[in-house]
Amino acid sequence: MFYIFRPKGVVPFMAHRKLFIGLSVVLMLASIATLAINKINWGLDFTGGTVIEAEFSQPADLNQVREVMTEEGFPDIVAQYFGSQRQVMLRLMPREGVETTHIGDQVIEILQEQIDPQVEMRRIEFVGPAVGQELAEQGGLAIIAALGCILLYVALRFEWRMAVGAVLALAHDVIATLGLFSLLQLEFDLTVVAALLTVVGYSLNDTIVVSDRIRENFRKLRKGDAEEVIDTSLTQTFNRTIVTSLTTLLVLTSLFLLGGDMIHNFAIALLFGVLVGTHSSIYVASTLALALGIKKEDFMPKEIEKEGADQEPLI
Amino acid sequence: MLNHYPWWKNLLVTLVVAIGFVYALPNLYGEDPAVQVSATRGAEVQASDLDTIRNVLDENSIEYRSVAFEDSLLLVRLRNESDQLPVRDLLAESLGNDYVVALNLAAATPGWLEALGAGPLKLGLDLRGGVHFLMEIDMDAAMEKTMEGMVQDFRSVLREEKIRYSGVRIQGDKVVIRFRNEEALKQAERFLTRTYRDYEIVESSVADTLRLDVSMTEEFLKQTRDYAVQQNITILRNRVNELGVAEPLVQRQGAERIVVQLPGVQDTARAKEILGATATLEFRQVDNNADPRDALQGRVPVGSQLARRADGSPVVLRNQVILTGDHIVGAQSGFDEYSRPQVNISLDAQGGTKMANFTRDAIGEPMATLFIEYKPTGEEDENGRAILERHEEVINVATIQARLGRSFRITGIDSPAEAQNLALLLRAGALIAPIQIVEERTVGPSLGQENIDKGFMAIVGGLIALLIFMPLYYRKFGLVANIALVANVGVIIGVMSMIPGATLTLPGMAGIVLTVGMAVDANVLIFERIREELNEGRSPQQAIHYGYSNALSTISDANITTLITAFILFAIGTGAIKGFAVTLMIGIATSMFTAIVGTRVVVNLVWGGKRIDKLSI
Repeated sequence: MFYIFRPKGVVPFMAHRKLFIGLSVVLMLASIATLAINKINWGLDFTGGTVIEAEFSQPADLNQVREVMTEEGFPDIVAQYFGSQRQVMLRLMPREGVETTHIGDQVIEILQEQIDPQVEMRRIEFVGPAVGQELAEQGGLAIIAALGCILLYVALRFEWRMAVGAVLALAHDVIATLGLFSLLQLEFDLTVVAALLTVVGYSLNDTIVVSDRIRENFRKLRKGDAEEVIDTSLTQTFNRTIVTSLTTLLVLTSLFLLGGDMIHNFAIALLFGVLVGTHSSIYVASTLALALGIKKEDFMPKEIEKEGADQEPLI
Repeated sequence: MLNHYPWWKNLLVTLVVAIGFVYALPNLYGEDPAVQVSATRGAEVQASDLDTIRNVLDENSIEYRSVAFEDSLLLVRLRNESDQLPVRDLLAESLGNDYVVALNLAAATPGWLEALGAGPLKLGLDLRGGVHFLMEIDMDAAMEKTMEGMVQDFRSVLREEKIRYSGVRIQGDKVVIRFRNEEALKQAERFLTRTYRDYEIVESSVADTLRLDVSMTEEFLKQTRDYAVQQNITILRNRVNELGVAEPLVQRQGAERIVVQLPGVQDTARAKEILGATATLEFRQVDNNADPRDALQGRVPVGSQLARRADGSPVVLRNQVILTGDHIVGAQSGFDEYSRPQVNISLDAQGGTKMANFTRDAIGEPMATLFIEYKPTGEEDENGRAILERHEEVINVATIQARLGRSFRITGIDSPAEAQNLALLLRAGALIAPIQIVEERTVGPSLGQENIDKGFMAIVGGLIALLIFMPLYYRKFGLVANIALVANVGVIIGVMSMIPGATLTLPGMAGIVLTVGMAVDANVLIFERIREELNEGRSPQQAIHYGYSNALSTISDANITTLITAFILFAIGTGAIKGFAVTLMIGIATSMFTAIVGTRVVVNLVWGGKRIDKLSI
C-alpha cells in the first residue's frame, strides 16, 4: 500500500494547536484588516452598470481607448485587458438619468468607428442599479441561509460543541476567502458567491468526516482524555483529508488553467477556499471543540446508536 | 456470502448506467444548419407550404436534408452552413409577409434516439450566444394611470347622477371625494358602492370636512398588476415572433418582471427597439360609401384612408377617430348566450360618453378596431433618436347593434382563440404599464463557442488528472474508481439531457468539474476505510465489507450538506447560478450512485467470494 503519510502511532496534532490556531488568528485579523482598508471590489452584478468585452483585430492600445472614450463623453470608463492584449474589457458605472440601456451598443459603435473597424462584440452586460442592489441582498441572504441551515443540520447531528466548532470553521473559511479577494482586488460577482457556498459545503464535508470519527472514537476508546481521542481521530482521517483535498485541487487547477477567463475568479475562490478549508477542518473545528470542554461523557450517556446499526447493511 | 450482489442488483446498476449513456449519446451528433419558418399573427403554416419550399430550393439547386414539420415548426435542414443565409432570404422573399423565416441549428439526433425521447443538452445563452433581457414593468406608473382614470370616472358619474361634490383628487394610494353636505355624501356612498365592486369605499369625514376615501381592493390591485404583466408578455411575444428568432423565451419572473431570451441574436440595439415599441388602438367608422377595390387602385375618398386586415384584405376607414385605446379599462373574452365567442369591453366614463354620442346616430354601421404600433425603422434622426414607423392593422370589424355605453361587446368572432387574442390586443391598446430593461446580458457567438470549448477542456483535464492519480494511489481499486468516474460523467450528461428544464451553462460546466472531484471523495473514504480495516487485521473480504458499510454514514453526511448548499443556490440564485446548482445536485445524486453502488458491483465481481490474501489497494 502506498501512503502519502504513514505515521508510527498517533500524531500529537493537538500539541501543536497553539501554532496552527495562531496562524488562523493571524489570517482572520489580516482578512478583516484588508476588508476594512481595501474593501471588496464588487462586480457588476452588485454595483450595477455596464461591462463591455470587445475583441480587436490587433493588440489594443488601452490609452488610446481611454482617450477616445473620454472624448466621446465616457470619462469614467475603466478599460483593461481581459485574457489577451486583443481583448479589452470596459466597465462603466451606472449613470443617473441617462438612458443606460443603449450604452453598450454605443461603446461598440464608437470603438468600431474610431479605433478598429473590425472590433467584435464578445459580451455586453448591463445591470440596473436596483437589480444590483437586489442581487447583492440575495447573495448575502444565500450565504446566511446556507450557514443557518447547515448550523441546524450539524446541531441536530452532532454534539453542540462540535457544531459550534464546525460552523466557526466555516466562517473562518469564508472570511479568509473574502480577505484574499479584497487583498488582490479580484472582482467579486455572483459566481464567486456560488463558489463561496461551495467552499462552505466542501469544508463542512471535511469537518464532518473528522467529527464523525471523533464521535466514534469517544465511544470506542475507553481510555485516554479528549485530546488523545482527537489526536487519534485526526491521525486516522488525515490521509483521507489530504487525498480528497488533492483530488479536488487537481480538478480545480484544471478549471483554473483551462476554464477560461469567465470563471477564473470562481476557480480562485474554490482553490483558496479548499486549501483553507482543509486547514480549518483539521485544526479550527476540533481545537474549538476542545476549548469548549468536550469530553467523553458528552457522547456516552444518551445511548445513541449509530444510525442504521441495527439494520442489514444496504450494500 | 460476503461481498456478493444478487444478479438483479448487478443488472439494475448496469441498466441505469447504460440508460444514462444512451441519453447522453445525442450530444455526440452535433447540429444541422437549418432555417425555420413560422407564421405571423393570425396565419398558420400549411402543409402545402412544404411543397412551395421544396420547389424554391430545387429551383435554386440548393441541397437540403429535409423539409418537414418538427414540433409545430416548419424546419428546413440544410447540408451546408453557407446555404443558411441565402436560403433564409430566398424563403422570406417567396413566402411573403405572413411568414417569419429565421436561422436555427437543429439537433441532428438520429431517429431511433429521438423515438426514445432523447435529445442533446440545452445550452444556456452564455454557451450559445444571444441576448438575455430582464424587463421590469413600471407598476407605479400603471397604478397612477389607473387612479387618474378613477378620478375622471368619479367626476363624470357623480355629475351624471346629479350628486354634488366639491372635489375629487388623488391622495397617496386613495382617491378622496369631498362633499358639501351629509346628504350628498350618503347618496354618493350608496351609489358608488352599488356601481363599483372593485373599490373599497370608506367614509373618513373629519370635523366639518365631509369626505369619502376610495381605494382599490387587494384583489383588484393584484388583478390589475397581473393584467399589466400578462398584457406585456403577450405584446412581447408577438414582437419577439416578428424578430424571427429560433426558440425565444418570454417568461414572467416574480411579481413584476419579464425575462426575454433571444438565442443567437447579436444586434441588440435593434432587438431592444423592437421590444420597446409602443402600441395604441383606435375605434374607427368604416366608410361604407367607398369601394375597397377602388381604394386599392388609389382612389380613396377624401376624409378616409385605406387600411388592411392581418390577412391583407383592404378596409376603408374614415379618418375621424371615434375613440382611442386609452379609454379602454378592460377587455375580456367570453361566450354569449348562444355560446359563441365574444369580447366584453369596458370603457372609462369619458370614453363611454364619447361612444354613446357616436353610436346614437350610427346603429347598423360597421365599426373597425385599428391596432397601431410604432416600430423603429433601424435608422436615427440627427438627434440620435430612432425614427419610428407607424404600422396599422385592422383587427376587427363589427356592426353596431345598439347605442353603446361604457360597456359593450363584440360578437361574431370566429373562434375562442381569436376572441382571446382580440381581448389581449384591446387591452394592449390601453397599454397601462410601461416597461423598462433593468438587466441585459449579451454574449457574442465567438465567446459562446469559446466558453463551450474551455468548459469542455476543463472537464476533460480534471478527469484525466484524476484517472491518472487514482490508480497510482489505490492501484486496482483506483481503476475501479476510474470506471465509476467515467460512468458518473456519462450519467450526469444523460440525466441533464433527459430533464426538460435543465440547461447547461458555463458555471454548470464548472459544477460538473467539481462533482467529478467530489465523486472520488466517496471512493477515497471507502478505500481509506478498507485500508484501516486491513491494518486492524481483518481479512480482505471482511475489510471490503466493513470498509463500505462504515464509510456509508460519513459519505451521506458529507453529501447531504453539499446538497443543502446546492438547494439554497437553486432557490436564491438566478440564471447561470441556477445552472451551477442544478448540475451540482444532479452530480451529487449520480456520484453517490456510481461511487458507492457502482464500484461495489465491480469490486464484488472482481474480488467477492474468492479466497484472497492481499488486496491491491
